[in-house]
Formats: sequence, C-alpha cells, structure tokens
Amino acid sequence: MEHFTPLSSLLGGILIGVSATAMLGLLGRVAGISGILGGLLAGDTSGGPWRTAFVAGLLVGGFLFAAAAPAAFAMTLDRSTPALAVAGLLVGFGSRLGSGCTSGHGVCGMARGSKRSIIATLIFMTTGALTALFVTQVFGGRL
Amino acid sequence: MAGMLTAFGCGLVFACGLVAGGMTQPSKVVGFLDFTGAWDPSLALVMGGALGTHALLRRFVTTRSRPLLAPAFCVPTRKGLDARLVNGAAIFGVGWGLGGFCPGPAIVALGGGVSAALVVVPAMLAGMLLHDRWFAAAPVAATPVVANGAEVGRDG
Repeated sequence: MEHFTPLSSLLGGILIGVSATAMLGLLGRVAGISGILGGLLAGDTSGGPWRTAFVAGLLVGGFLFAAAAPAAFAMTLDRSTPALAVAGLLVGFGSRLGSGCTSGHGVCGMARGSKRSIIATLIFMTTGALTALFVTQVFGGRL
Repeated sequence: MAGMLTAFGCGLVFACGLVAGGMTQPSKVVGFLDFTGAWDPSLALVMGGALGTHALLRRFVTTRSRPLLAPAFCVPTRKGLDARLVNGAAIFGVGWGLGGFCPGPAIVALGGGVSAALVVVPAMLAGMLLHDRWFAAAPVAATPVVANGAEVGRDG
C-alpha cells in the first residue's frame, strides 16, 4: 500500500454525499455528472439553469484548488495525448449509453438501492480494473 | 435564483469532495483500480463515504412530498437490465481505467487548468454527442418515464 490517504479520502466522500443529498432535498435532482453534462449538451433546460450552475460550481472549485493546492491535480500517470483522448471518448460515450457514471450510478443510484446502478457499478469497476491491469502488465504503465 | 445558487454551491462542495478524496489525481484512481501493484485503497473510502453518507441522509429528505426549492423529485424510475446499461458501463469503465478520469474530476481538473483535462474533457463531450447522434433514430431507451410529474429517463 502506497500513498494511502484514508482520512482525506473519507472526508472527500462525505462531502460528495452531503452535496448529493442537498441536490436531492433542495432541487429534487440526482447529482450524476454525466447526466448533467449530457443534459446540457442536449439542450435540456427542464427545471431551469441548475445544470449550468452546478457545472460552474465544479469548475470554480477546480480553479480555486489549483491556486491553493496545485498538488491536488498532480498528473503523474504516464499517458500520451492520444491515450487520454481515447479515454475521454470512451468515458463520454459509455456513461451516456449506460445512463450514468461513478456519481450517478456509484453514489446516487446505489444509495437509492437501484438494481440497475448496482449492476452498472460492478461492471465499470471490473472493466476499469481490467484495463488498469492491462496497461500496467502489457505496457508497463505507459501508454 | 435560489435554485441556481443552490446548484452552484452543491457543485462547489462536490468539487471539494473530489479534490479532498484524491479523485483529481489520475494516478490514485489507477492505483486503486490496479489492485496488483502498490494498491492504493483510498478510492474505496471516497466511494464508501459518499455512498454511506448519501444513503443515510437521503431518507430524511425523500420522506417529504417535494423538494424545498422545486415542484417535484426527478429520480430515475427505470427498472430492469438491458444491453445498453451493461455495454455502456463496460465501455465507461475501460475509459476510466485507461485515463484515470471520470466525468466529475475531469470537469474539476479543467477548472484547475490541468493540461490532461484539456484533452480529456473535449473528448468526453465528443463521446457524449457521438452517443446522442448514434441513438437519435432509436428512441427505445430514450423514452421518458413520467414520475412524480416530471420527465425522467436517466439514472443519473
């Protein structure tokens, strides 16, 4: 085990859970990032401009942290631009096809007890682990 | 206005959670997914902490008839498994394991001006648009489900 950060990671998880609960209790919406981004791209304005405001919060949060704690964005993973582009493409396409990502299925859907979300989370954790394993074993962690 | 400020605040807190949890460091994500190397279990605590907190707290808000600032809850009601869910989750996982970015951290990293995010986010949005174009003529799963007076057709 290297670089294990139990306390900050648990705190981070709690903050995400609080945010997801506030979204549900105040706005009645699921804090699923791929669903929110997909809605924005599809021009879905149902319920007002909350999608834009939520994404703006994510962006501003990133901006503030980059100024205060740049180490939080350390990119030590050895990936070429084409590899990152393919990764992004698969993440975008797959999360829309599967109706959710880590937040929508892994946090909100699982907390709701949704069978679809539990299955989706098990599947993406498995293919994610196999892919990471493949890159490490076959390409020595560089791609 | 209150709704917009709420959504902005939630986005900000969500970003803080992702950053504190280590999700904006792709090496930690891949270090978690690749359990054969120097395994970093941190992400299990991020996901477990988020899931546990939300599962516990959401009971107190869903007992109300409606959210405080909106007319109705828009929560997915779709049930049953289909090929799209399975294939989509599988494809998403491959991309996540390859680049170490899922959508939330990618957007936060973009806000932080991270160069990798300048590649990942446009590609991710292109993947989403590609999906929408591809399935534009096949409205099978895109049919909205009416629940609590609101149109919902997504899981999140």
